[in-house]
Order: sequence, then structure tokens, then C-alpha cells
Amino acid sequence: MKSYIIKKVLVGLLLIFTVSFLVFCLLYAMPGDPVDLAIDSKVSAEQRARIAHELGYDQPFLVQYKNWLVGIFHLNFGTSTRYHVKVWELMRDRIPYSIRLCGISLLLEMVLALPIGLYCAIHKGNLFDRFVVNSSLVFAAIPSFWLGTLLIVIFAVRLQILPISGYETPAHYVLPVITITLSSLGSTIRITKAEVLEVLHEKFVTTAYAKGLPRRTVMFRHVLRNSLVVVVTLLFMSLPWMITGAVITERVFGLPGMGALLLNSITVQDIPVVQAVLLLIAILTVLCNLASDILTGILDPRIRVSLSGGEN
Amino acid sequence: MQELKSKPESKPAASEYATEPEGEASAAGTKNDELLKLENLSINYKVHDGYLSAVNHVNMTIRKGEIFAVVGESGCGKSTVAHSILRLLPDKDTKITGKILFKGQDLSTFNEKQIEKVRGRQIGMIFQNPLDSLNPVYRVGTQVEEAILLDNPDKAAAKKKTVSLFRDVRLPDAELRAESYPHELSGGMRQRVMIAMMLSRTPELLIADEPTTALDVTIEAQILDILKRLKNTYGTSIMLITHNFGLVAEIADRIGVMYAGEMVETGDVFEIFRNPRHPYTKLLMQALPRRSKKEGRLKTIDGMVPRITDDKPCCRFANRCPSASERCFKESPAAVDFGNGHICRCFEAEGAESVKVNG
Amino acid sequence: MKKKSYRRYSARSESLRMCLHNVDFMVGLIMIISVILIAVFAPQIAHYSYSKQGAGPRLTAPCAEYPFGTDELGRDVFSKTIYGTRIALWVAALGASIQLILGVTIGLVCGYYGKWVDHVFSFITDLTWCIPGTILALAVVTILGKGLTNVVIAISIVSWASFARPIRAKTMSLRNMAFVETGKAYGENGFSLMFRYILPNIIPSIIVMTSMTLPETILSTTTLSFLGLGSKSPSPDWGLALSKGMEYITRAPWLSIFPGIALVYTTIGFNLLGEGLRDVLDPQMRSR
Repeated sequence: MKSYIIKKVLVGLLLIFTVSFLVFCLLYAMPGDPVDLAIDSKVSAEQRARIAHELGYDQPFLVQYKNWLVGIFHLNFGTSTRYHVKVWELMRDRIPYSIRLCGISLLLEMVLALPIGLYCAIHKGNLFDRFVVNSSLVFAAIPSFWLGTLLIVIFAVRLQILPISGYETPAHYVLPVITITLSSLGSTIRITKAEVLEVLHEKFVTTAYAKGLPRRTVMFRHVLRNSLVVVVTLLFMSLPWMITGAVITERVFGLPGMGALLLNSITVQDIPVVQAVLLLIAILTVLCNLASDILTGILDPRIRVSLSGGEN
Repeated sequence: MQELKSKPESKPAASEYATEPEGEASAAGTKNDELLKLENLSINYKVHDGYLSAVNHVNMTIRKGEIFAVVGESGCGKSTVAHSILRLLPDKDTKITGKILFKGQDLSTFNEKQIEKVRGRQIGMIFQNPLDSLNPVYRVGTQVEEAILLDNPDKAAAKKKTVSLFRDVRLPDAELRAESYPHELSGGMRQRVMIAMMLSRTPELLIADEPTTALDVTIEAQILDILKRLKNTYGTSIMLITHNFGLVAEIADRIGVMYAGEMVETGDVFEIFRNPRHPYTKLLMQALPRRSKKEGRLKTIDGMVPRITDDKPCCRFANRCPSASERCFKESPAAVDFGNGHICRCFEAEGAESVKVNG
Repeated sequence: MKKKSYRRYSARSESLRMCLHNVDFMVGLIMIISVILIAVFAPQIAHYSYSKQGAGPRLTAPCAEYPFGTDELGRDVFSKTIYGTRIALWVAALGASIQLILGVTIGLVCGYYGKWVDHVFSFITDLTWCIPGTILALAVVTILGKGLTNVVIAISIVSWASFARPIRAKTMSLRNMAFVETGKAYGENGFSLMFRYILPNIIPSIIVMTSMTLPETILSTTTLSFLGLGSKSPSPDWGLALSKGMEYITRAPWLSIFPGIALVYTTIGFNLLGEGLRDVLDPQMRSR
């Protein structure tokens, strides 16, 4: 188990390191000189050289990368070329909004998806299951930005019971949370259901029945417990979905979160901010994958052995 | 040649008791020692273009304390019969007709709650592949305890009983093994765990669905030994499902031979080995490797098991039968009793005076 | 179990027959054919050019003359939506072809050669998994610059891996099969083995995957267009139209409704088509 975790951590570190390098390259992949992105065109060559020196753009490429990386360990992500403030300060104010939005959505999704997925697998083909299957098909075809728009039209414009956009009160979060949850709920239910169905057909479920366990016990102690392995993975894997959802919904509902910051920075080519946000997302995703790997290892004794280099 | 000799022998026996005494004897048998009796059991699977007749009018009786072996090729429906007894088939696409009488009660009329009480407690079942049959995320001891706790909620006692059961099935280091996960055990050990699990509630009948197919030959012998011992010490009846005729000879008291969903021949193990009546059984016997035989090659049976979707009347073995006549392709042969519970479904074996058991 | 094995042995005509009996497939097919017909006959169906300003009064609610209303410049939303089908189909075709070529080639090569080629591939896909697809596409667009074609390219660069992965797995399982070994024994080279021996066997999966990629590409592209990175005005792009609609959501909600309905109709059509194809051609893919 220990060596399994160490291996996973090392791979994760390697991935983050590589991503950080690629993200850093973004600055040079852009058309034009990085200095031009930071300043107006009407600046004298002298001033230009001074700014380049201040920002460290006159140093060799790899040295710049090293400085950038070292800075990040001190939460110094550089300076926004647009707002001329520290990138970290920009992000610090916005992170809480995104965490609130994603956290609530993730929670809501799990609370809804797991019981529904389990129920639909057990009662496959009944009226409720068919309703869920068909509506998840429809929701899979609706892009989240349009779902958000529709919700605004219905609840904010027609019924006028919820605000259109903003971030001041909890009511402002209702529609964004529903948007994110609904747009990923269908696929989460579908995966949960598929997994439960697969476990239902396992031989050990027949054994559990054969020894005389009541149906309910079989379902909870054997089927649900074994499906949990995949469901936990799913829970962590859905975080990237949440982040994507947040980028779009924050835009639709005018929430000043990280997603909005990223979009805005891309539009105005504020590269240091884009780099920081991308890196943060990558770190978060890798951490989530790591957590899910470790948890699956704990939940499934077979993985513990096979991945730590044991038998099989 | 042997067949010709034996026929006249059994004929008078059958006709002699055809009237009263035979009927009385079997009526008495129902009360005393018949544990499980399948009457006209048919099972159809729904497939995309209709029904697939997996099991067709199967009759068989298992008595108390005997080992009854169901033999047949893979896909002949023997596993389906076994699963249907405890209602372990997926209910949606299966249609079951006929009676499953266990101690005189028809299990097929039981509701979900009632059948739960039968499972494990009165009829236990072990399966072909002991790896898939144990839940990979629980320790094997826990899985056995789970069964014991259904009868007695004392956890410490259950733990103790598990270890003693593991000793009973000769699991080495019983205490230690109870703490293992299924994947940490070998195939033979897993099957021992399965047997211990199913014995934990002391059922009267144990259904063993190809318990040794996935195991090594040496392990196979050990598992059979355990089963035999159980029969002797606990008096458990065993329904042993297998495709291995050699295994049957070693352990079974009586045999049922299945072909393409039909029970073609049943009878006492010595009777059938000495005097097989159905051409399929005969061919199976000839396919057995024997020490006495000096020929270089084993006999094989040509052709394939038919896939039966429609109920066209014919003998299902006709297309592979060496002695098939025109009649075999037009009519379904009835089960005929040749005496001593030796029942066979074949026109060839059927004598003019024999008694029809059922149409 | 039994059902599956029967399906796998079915011949091509059998697959076609099953397609025609598959409700999902037929409904999807009819929906997509209708979209294609609308795209082809857009000039005949639409009353106005999609870019004609002042075709009617500004922000008119839906009425007989303007069934979907008019936008902030007095353009007919109905005509815009009709012409939008052309963009959606173009995006789907372009995106799917790029992913198809990249995914099939790389999947085959990785699956066939294995070893270091495969390790490099695995690391690259692991890398792309560090950042969610849409956001990665955003980053790629930052480099390529805005514009519809660039957006489609960015999305294809991001999502070819999900195409290559199953193809790689299938190639690996086929690589050591007898018929490939036979080809090898005949002296066929790697290229021929990959494309003439292995590829024909995975074509059903490729068809299924392609049909699944089409709606996803349309959705992602529309999303990026909505975020303001794709088409520029006066393109009839649905994403752009919906993005503009947001500005007038209280005064003219119809701007946000109709292009969305068209978009959802198209994606549902493709999804149904894909699910139907998958059930018939590649039932094992179902769980994915």
C-alpha cells in the first residue's frame, strides 16, 4: 500500500511539473514578444528595456522558468499585465466564490445521483428509470450555458422569483448551482447505474442470495459497497467537470469567480493570470486523481495488492 | 450386444410390477425419503427472436442422504435447473413452468420472503468459479459469519463457528485464513471457503454446480473427498452438477444425464454404468478414457448441440444419434421406466411392454 | 451474454437490418436528415439573409412575419437560426475529421508498436487530463487566436485522445490474432498490417465513436462561441447568437430561446444516431 501511494504521488508530481513547464511556455507561444503584451506600443525603446528588465524578460528562458516556479512556492504568481497588481491578489478575492459554487454543486450532485443511479439499476426498465434515462439523454444535449439561460428566462424573467445575476445573497447561487448540477447529473447517474448493474451481475451477488441474505442486505452490503469503488473515483473525476461548469456558469450568471477571471484574462491576453489559473486547475485535478486513487486502494483490497507490485 | 441381453431381463420386471405394488411403493417413497422432486420443469429464456428452450420437461428426484449427479455437456441446461431451484435466475427474461417440490412444498409458488428462508438454511449452493463467487472486498471469514449471523446474532460465536467450519473443510491455518481476502487464497481454498459458507447453516441439500471445473485435478480430488465426508457426517444430500463422468462414477449414488435441456436418462449409478440405455449415455461412456481399453484414440461424439427455439416435436439428440430412425425426427420420445428408477427417453431403448411414466 | 454473442456474428446486412429496427437510430437519422435538408435549402426556407440588418423593427417579439422575432439590429432570428445549421454541420464535419485522422493514426500506431511509442502517448494523454477539456481548448485558442476554425482546431487537438484510446486498446487485442500473424508471415509491412488487416476490424467502433464525437464537437464549439472566442458577427453561429441574446435577456428572451432549441435538436439527433449505432455495431462500448 505504501509503495503504491508513493508511486502515485511521484507520477502526480511529474505531471504537475510538466504542466507547469507547458503553462510557462504559453507566454512564448503567444504571437509577439512577451514584453509587448505587458506594455503599450507607444513606449520608448529605453523604457521598454527597463520594463523587460523589471519583469525579468531579459533573462534566459530557463532562468525565467526557474524564477517563476520559485515564485509560485511563495504564492507569487507574477504581476497582472492588465491590472498591474499581483496575480495572487486577484485570485484571492475570487477563489471563495468558485469554491462555494463548485462545492455546493458537487454535494448536491452526489446526494442526488447515487440514490437515483442505484434505484434505476435495481428497477431497470420501470417508469421512473425510463424517465431518468430519457431526461438524461436530453440534458446531455443541452449545453450548460443554454441551460443557465433557460433557467434565467423562466425563474428570473418570467416568474421573477430569483435574481438574474450577481453574488450578494444565497439566492444568487440557486440558479448557478442548479445549472452545474443538472448538466453533469445525467452522466453521473448513468455511470453509477452502469456500475451497479455490472455488480448486480457478479457471481458473488448470487452467492450472497444463495446463503440466504435478504434482498435489502444484499443490495446494501454487497452491491452498493462494491459499486462504491467506482463511485468514489467518479466523485473526484467530476471535479474537472465542475470547474468547466463553473467557468461557463460564472459567465452566464455574472459571478466574479475564478472562471470569470480566466475568461476575462484570455480575452484581454493577460497571460500571467491565465498561467496562474491554469496551473491551479491542473494542481487541483492531479490532487483529486491522487485522492481517488488512494481511496480506491483503500476500498478495494485487490487494487491494493496488484498496484503495489504484488500478485496479479 | 449387452443391450440386447439386458432388455429381456428388465422387461418382465417392469411388467410384473406394472399394476399395484409399484404404485404403492412410490407413494410411500414420497413421504419418507424424497427431498427434492422436479416435476415437468421447463425453463425458457427470452431472446430477441422468441424463446430459447433451455430446460424441457425435466423430472428428477433426490432422496435424503444421497448424491445425485446431473451430467451433460456445457450448455445442456444443467446449471439452469440448479439455479432455478433457489430462484437465482434473472427473473425478467425467464419463464419457468412445472413444479419444484422440496419436502413436498412447491418452491416455485413461494414468494420472495419465503424463498429467502429456504436459501442457505435448507438448500445451499456452491458455484463453478470460486474466485467470482466470493465478494472481493470482504474478508472470507466475514462472508461466512454473515451467513451464520442470520440464524444466531452472537458475533463471537459466529467467529468461532467459522473457524471450526474452516477446519472441517480442511482449510490450513483456519484462524489466519479467516482474515484473508478472497484474492489472497488459491482456487481450492476459495472453494473450501464456499463449502464452509454453505454448510454453516446446515442445509439438508447442497447443490454443487461444477464445483471442481475451475480447479486442478489434485485439488478436485480433495474437494470431492470433503463433499463425500459431509454427506456421511451430516447426512446432507448433494446435487452434483458436472460434465465429468469419471467424477460421477467416483462419488454419486444416482445419475441424471441431460442433453439439450432434457433429462434423457436417470438411474442408479451402477445400473447406468453397467447398462446404459440412451444412445447419448452410451456414447458418453465410450468417450470415457479407460484403463482397460488399449485403443489409441478416445471416442468422440460428432455434431453439435442444437439451439432449440421452437417446440418442434422430435428427439433433440436425433441429429447426432448413430441409431436415429425417421420417427426420431418427427416425434418426441416419452420417458419410460425400465424398473428400479431407471428412466430413459428413447424410442430405440423403449420396449413394447414397458411402462410409460409420463407423456 | 447470449444475446451479445449472436449480435457479434451478424453479417453486414444483418447490422443494417438491425439499424432499421432500432428506434434510437431511426429517430436520430430522421432528425439529422431534417437538419441537413434545412442547411441545404436554407436560402429557400429563410425569408431574409441572416445578416440583413433592419429586416424588421428592432427586438420584435415572435409574430407571423418574424416567427422567432428580431434581434437588436432588426435581423430576422428565424433566418439566422436556419443558416446556423450550416455552421453546426461544418463544425461537426471539420472537428470529427481532424479527430478521426489524428485518433485513428495515433491509436493504431500506439496499439501496434507498443513500447516507448505507447508510453509517450500515455504520458501525453495523462497530461491532457490534468486540465479539463474545455479549459484546455480555451488555452489553445489563446495561442491560436480567436475565430471559428481555430476553435474547432483547438477542440480537436484537445479531444483526439479519447478517440485514440479505444482504438489503441482494440489494436492491442487484435495485434496478436492469427490473421495478423498470417499477414506478417506473408511479409506484409507494418503499415499494411495496421491499415489493411487491423483497421477493417475496428471500423464498426470507429463509426460509433465518430457519431458520438459529432454532437460533442458541436456543443464545445458553440460553448466557446458563446464565451466570445469563436465566430464574429454577423455569423449566424448559434453560440454567438445566444451570447448576444444574454445582453437582452430581460427585454427579448426569444433571442436566447430559439437558437438554443435548434442546437439541442441537432445534438439530440446526433446523440440518438450514435446510441443506436453503438447498440447495433458495438454493444460492448455501452458501459463507457
